[in-house]
Amino acid sequence: MAERTMTLKVARYRPEHREKPYFDEFAVPYREDMVILDALNLIKDDMDGSLTYRWSCRMGVCGSCGMMVNYRPRLTCSTFLREFYPKPVVVQPLENFPVIRDLVVDMTSFMRKLREVKPWIIREHEAALESGEYLQTPDEVERYKQFSMCINCMLCYAACPVVAKDPEFLGPAAIALAHRYNLDSRDQGRGERHRAIAVDWGIWDCTFVGECSVVCPKDVDPAAAIQREKVAKTTDTMLSMVLPFGGRE
Amino acid sequence: METFNHDIVIVGGGAAGLRAAIAAAEVSDSLSIALVSKVYPMRSHTVSAEGGAGAALGPDDSPDLHAFDTIRGSDYLADQDAVEAFVAEAPDEVVRLERWGCPWSREPDGRIAVRPFGGMSVNRTAFAADKTGFHLLHTLFQTSLKYERIVEYDEFFVTKLLVEDGHCSGVAAIDLRDSEVRCFTAKAVILCTGGLGRIFAFTTNGAICTADGMALAYRAGVPLKDMEFVQYHPTGLPGTGILITEAARGEGGYMVNNEGRRFLEDYIPSKMELGPRDILSRAIMQEIEKGHAFEGPYGHYVHLDVRHLGEKLIDEKLPFVRELAEKFVGIDPVHEPIPVRPVVHYMMGGIDTDIEGRTRLPGVYAAGEAACVSINGANRLGSNSLTECLVFGARVGQRAAEDALETTATAQNPLARMAEEEEGRLVATYLDGTGGRERIAAIRRDLQKTMERGVGVFRTEESLKEALEEVRALRGRYRDVALDDRDRAYNTELVAALELGNMLEVAETVVAAALERRESRGSHTRRDYPDRDDEGFLRHSLAYESDAGPRIHYDDVTITRWPPAERKY
Repeated sequence: MAERTMTLKVARYRPEHREKPYFDEFAVPYREDMVILDALNLIKDDMDGSLTYRWSCRMGVCGSCGMMVNYRPRLTCSTFLREFYPKPVVVQPLENFPVIRDLVVDMTSFMRKLREVKPWIIREHEAALESGEYLQTPDEVERYKQFSMCINCMLCYAACPVVAKDPEFLGPAAIALAHRYNLDSRDQGRGERHRAIAVDWGIWDCTFVGECSVVCPKDVDPAAAIQREKVAKTTDTMLSMVLPFGGRE
Repeated sequence: METFNHDIVIVGGGAAGLRAAIAAAEVSDSLSIALVSKVYPMRSHTVSAEGGAGAALGPDDSPDLHAFDTIRGSDYLADQDAVEAFVAEAPDEVVRLERWGCPWSREPDGRIAVRPFGGMSVNRTAFAADKTGFHLLHTLFQTSLKYERIVEYDEFFVTKLLVEDGHCSGVAAIDLRDSEVRCFTAKAVILCTGGLGRIFAFTTNGAICTADGMALAYRAGVPLKDMEFVQYHPTGLPGTGILITEAARGEGGYMVNNEGRRFLEDYIPSKMELGPRDILSRAIMQEIEKGHAFEGPYGHYVHLDVRHLGEKLIDEKLPFVRELAEKFVGIDPVHEPIPVRPVVHYMMGGIDTDIEGRTRLPGVYAAGEAACVSINGANRLGSNSLTECLVFGARVGQRAAEDALETTATAQNPLARMAEEEEGRLVATYLDGTGGRERIAAIRRDLQKTMERGVGVFRTEESLKEALEEVRALRGRYRDVALDDRDRAYNTELVAALELGNMLEVAETVVAAALERRESRGSHTRRDYPDRDDEGFLRHSLAYESDAGPRIHYDDVTITRWPPAERKY
């Protein structure tokens, strides 16, 4: 049987050689169980060592290998060629980020946004370690669990029309992370975090298109997180008007 | 030469590196800490750990019991003083992670839940469903963001330890953005760079696990300890090598051969599926040799069957197992058994350190999989490695911080000069060179095949000698390596070339140490020396670099309260 092949149209950007991005086409041997990342590795190993992209775990948990595959943000380690075979498939860097080289985007702003939402436990008093763990029932874990599953793959930023228009928008993953800590029974930092997210470039910027939740490979549902933070902030604000000396709880 | 001055440089941003960074930051707010990593911290391979973190938390457990299980699991090669420190501090570390927000799975009353794991005699493994490494890493990473004195240098690849007057006072690292070398000065350098799974063809390890820190230390004269001990995990998915967690067996899954029989009753009837990894991996290989395995496009395999656990338990405690099996082999474990085979998973050996993470070279420290303290000896028990990253990450961070407070900084000029020389070498060797005929991937594949064939689950004098010759030939070919990519912007091929160099150097120590150890102990199984030989080899191997290849020396094992005995289950 003749070997089946498939064509990948891969976006290239090599600023030292050409000012503008361009496409290269590669024909790779096709197997049913190959993912896009396998094809890229084959190209890099045997055809063109200069092809540039990030990857590591190849099991959908390190979050490195997000790219646009046929114009949709996808994890390339978990996207099979068979979804597109025998048609050619187009691979591009994630949308809405500056491109450093080929399929590698600049994550600087994303990393800054993560830190801005204070994604750590905030408490007024810390009990001594010897007193053991803070008790948290399975139901209490369940409240925030979904929002703790984000792998920082940034697909939601690539899908978000607000990020496209306003690169300063904190964005789905960062707000979902804030929401995760706000829902945690061990945390007391909701007020502090609201100062970071209830801003024009935060939750109020979101127009609830919901694409972030559609493309999320881990079902985190950042769109719901943002809407719930809007409600929480509004409730807090109203309570603080009624009870000026502290509205929470 | 752009130079960054810090008190402490930590290389690697996985669990050990992040834990060390936080520990150092807590020692004094006057300390400035650089976290230098070739990937963003949350990409580190800790993220792939699944099953859990071992600690004596339960009411029926005790540190002594944890110590005994660990020492017996290690086939008595663990240093018992290190194990005692480890088990004593493990519970507090798990609780500390809880304080920082780790979403540990809970008992109905809200306490941290523990599950059974291989080689552990009671339920001892704290877990966050079956994504424990992922949650642990993200918790540590997010907590580290709180500390402004921890400065992240993401996507910097360290190529050299800068040693002046017998003291390591910094590192040279390539900034991937522009391929320029930067000089980092520090009073202490901590290597937390993880393992070396990628020197083998079939591994659970991510692409980034390329022995970098081990190679850095080795080249600087620090010995690598117990490098012959490579752990095969019994249950990887054929083809990709993706890990199916031991928790699948901890929760009650069965290992079944092609006769539909739970074959472990022939090998370890007292423990069955909860036996230690070395014994189970050998058992599967023997089933394959006996013709009791299934055959597929990616070789032989056996079945891991969790169907009887039911959909509810699988979704609650093993959701990632289901996700991975469905996605990558098209099998729903609720309805079908999962095909699995032994797969390279973990390096017991590593950079030789003492109990506080110090190496024999002043200024250099190490922790995590990159290091060998040793609590794992000849075979690590599942769920001890995440805890090891926490306990010894904390220890090394604290030690390095205290040492740094008492050290005066080395003059910057000689260090910057060394970094400049390093840049010259890298550019001349990889970027400006015109010759070279060897492709990186070709050498890498040959190395991986060589290691798999010669240094696998079963080893012989012949297979090891052959492997040693082949690795040396590959090192020769590597000198003729050619890059397609000479760009300065984000040159991943340059990184791949440097990683391959590290892999080759360290692979040679693995083979050499395995060749010299003429006994079978833990994961190291010699067909020609099937028995353990305490008289000859109840000793750690130490591989030192020399022009003639690794020189193997031996060092005593520390025994405190558990005299070496036959390893019985």
